Amino acid sequence: MIKLVAAVLSAAIALGLPHAARAANDAELQAIREEIKQLRQNYETRIEALEKRLQEAEAKVQHAEASAVQAQTTAVTAAVRPASEGAFNPAVSVILQGTYNNFSKDPNTFRIGGFIPAGGEGLGNRGFSLGESELNIAANIDPYFRGNLTVALSPDNSVSVEEAFFQTLGLSNGFTLKGGRFFSSIGYLNEIHQHAWDFVDAPLAYQAFLGTGARGNYSDDGLQLKWIAPTDLFIELGAEAGSGKNFPGSDRDKNGIGSAALFGHVGGDIGDSYAYRAGVSYLWTSPRDRQFNDLDSAGNAVVNSFSGDSRLWVADFILKWAPNGNPTLNNFKLQGEYLHRIETGTLNFDMNGAGVLGMPVAGGYSSNQSGWYLQGVYQFAPRWRFGLRHDQLQAGTVNIAQVLNGTLTPQDFPTLVGHTPRRNTMMFDYSPSEFSRIRLQFARDESRPDGVTDNQLFLQYLYSLGAHGAHKF
Amino acid sequence: MNRILTLSALTLLFAISEAASAALNVFACEPEWAALTQELGGDKVSVYTATTALQDAHHIEARPSLIAKARSADFVICTGAELEVGWLPLLLSQSGNGKIQPGSPGFLDASNLVLKLEVPKVLDRAQGDIHPAGNPHIQLDPRNIAKVAEAVTARLSQLDTANVATYLARGKAFQERWQAAIQRWEQEGAPLKGVPVITHHKDMTYLIHWLGMREVGNLEPKPGLPATAGHLAELFSNMQRDPAKVILRTPFQDARPSELLASRAKIPAIILPYTVGGTDKAKDLFGLFDDTLQRLLQAAK
Repeated sequence: MIKLVAAVLSAAIALGLPHAARAANDAELQAIREEIKQLRQNYETRIEALEKRLQEAEAKVQHAEASAVQAQTTAVTAAVRPASEGAFNPAVSVILQGTYNNFSKDPNTFRIGGFIPAGGEGLGNRGFSLGESELNIAANIDPYFRGNLTVALSPDNSVSVEEAFFQTLGLSNGFTLKGGRFFSSIGYLNEIHQHAWDFVDAPLAYQAFLGTGARGNYSDDGLQLKWIAPTDLFIELGAEAGSGKNFPGSDRDKNGIGSAALFGHVGGDIGDSYAYRAGVSYLWTSPRDRQFNDLDSAGNAVVNSFSGDSRLWVADFILKWAPNGNPTLNNFKLQGEYLHRIETGTLNFDMNGAGVLGMPVAGGYSSNQSGWYLQGVYQFAPRWRFGLRHDQLQAGTVNIAQVLNGTLTPQDFPTLVGHTPRRNTMMFDYSPSEFSRIRLQFARDESRPDGVTDNQLFLQYLYSLGAHGAHKF
Repeated sequence: MNRILTLSALTLLFAISEAASAALNVFACEPEWAALTQELGGDKVSVYTATTALQDAHHIEARPSLIAKARSADFVICTGAELEVGWLPLLLSQSGNGKIQPGSPGFLDASNLVLKLEVPKVLDRAQGDIHPAGNPHIQLDPRNIAKVAEAVTARLSQLDTANVATYLARGKAFQERWQAAIQRWEQEGAPLKGVPVITHHKDMTYLIHWLGMREVGNLEPKPGLPATAGHLAELFSNMQRDPAKVILRTPFQDARPSELLASRAKIPAIILPYTVGGTDKAKDLFGLFDDTLQRLLQAAK
């Protein structure tokens, strides 16, 4: 009935149009068309809303008799969407970023003293440099699964799959299963995409223990099962099993599981103004022939490798403050993580026989190392934030059998000579809107094995296009 | 003996089912929907509000406490139209709760039930943080509340069949009281017709539309962007031609821009409760509109 009225109405308006059109110029004609279009849309929306009310009224009646009728009441959306194949396009978003870098020391010689290099360390280039452009595509697959793909386009023109996973939608009882390639939920910062970090680069502890490099996160191909407790206090427990092919693991030709992770987080609010989350995580990997380059005591370039077990513990916390829980004017966050890694196994010195002994020599190896960072970021005015970060690593104890039995000297492993890398970082950022940010960062870095200080300056831009993504706490 | 056993088993079963249906856990994204569900559900529902009247629902984080509450919810009611786009999708996907996923009876998008204003013709972020589905701040038109109330009654009845009679009775009683109140408010608000106002954000549009007031400007240069000195000066010069009578803002918005413009233009800048709990008098939905009208009438005198 209502549809009929609407159709008659729009027909009447359409019939009246030619008279008006003759007298009108093109612009007016366009304006009238616009108006009719709007009118029609208005009617369509109103009709849909009325239909919805009708359906709900029907549902109410049906309830009195049987409660089984469910689908109808929820099947309606009032939004006017184009009825084309494209209507089901997933949410697409793009991150554009880049930096201008100024380093007082050559970034190509950067190494974290006292730690087996993860291979990902680095500062990027001096001068202007494009950051990683990120393309994210996500949508619900069906009522049971959600899919998410994040592709990273590197400035060197290579493409990598950062994340590609499915996730169950409401397995119920608090369970969620995730599979594919995804950022591990260990720690706090690891699950957060680099463009949402508060500093340009990763904490030193992440670089040393997770091989995060200046950019990127620890990810693995595998499965994750997570459970949220049915309590008012947020309690999250989860387990992951994966291939273990990324540092601290290594590529291995083997069936079964190459890495396993466990994590537990608790969180909640303290009054209206504070919210926190804290947790403990554990990551086990078993690298086989995980290689790193070094120089022996005679200055020969050698390739060493480690095989064994790598166990990493992470304790993390974050505390956020916003007056009355309204962060728009001022807010503050304090965040810290402690990482502790124990590795035991075999170290193979000079795999290629190019060093002082002229042949590979294998021996027992064990290390017990730790590191932490603490950072605070304060939004002192809308759009403006200021942040400080301190990083520190303890090279701890490293036992190399070949050194202990006198076959080699500590100078044959200059990278592993005990050191306490440190870094202090300060940043300012300005966000013209929710979708753009410009950041200036200074760092005084003392992490190189020779103890020299590197003064680093970054000027970074971050832009986000497309779908409005939700950010993790 | 057997009879006693059967009887006690039945009692136990009854007690368990009673406990299970003791109260429907409701998770409301905003205080107005919490208040509405409470009105309609009475003691059959236990309502949690994700945000307070002092918080801007655009800018909430997916805090652990919210995930924990979403985990145990039987019914989620939110404004929708992308108002909660920055946090609600995360709560839903992290909750591991199948009952509250969009498309299921346990999820209600209130803005889908009403005719939305200001549906943008062109979708371009150069226009600021606009909402493709239209202006989401629908709660300040009481006729919208009535429409949402119908849907809430239907959903509560669907989710908690044991208490259908209660929900229908409460729904009917509420609608009667509400319609009477709307009539009263419309009479009281008649002098506000045509009153030109400036608002901080485009979040009073439905109120202005309902009362027939006129929105002549916003303190935000574009939706979602903070007020700038340049924009305030522009507003002030516009006011020489098209004067505004009062500047409106919510309890959670920055007071400085509206106070600044008000003192320069010598017109009042007032806080409206905006939602339940926004002022002392806005204790429930009726109080929300009573106080809103009272404050408007006072300022427009």
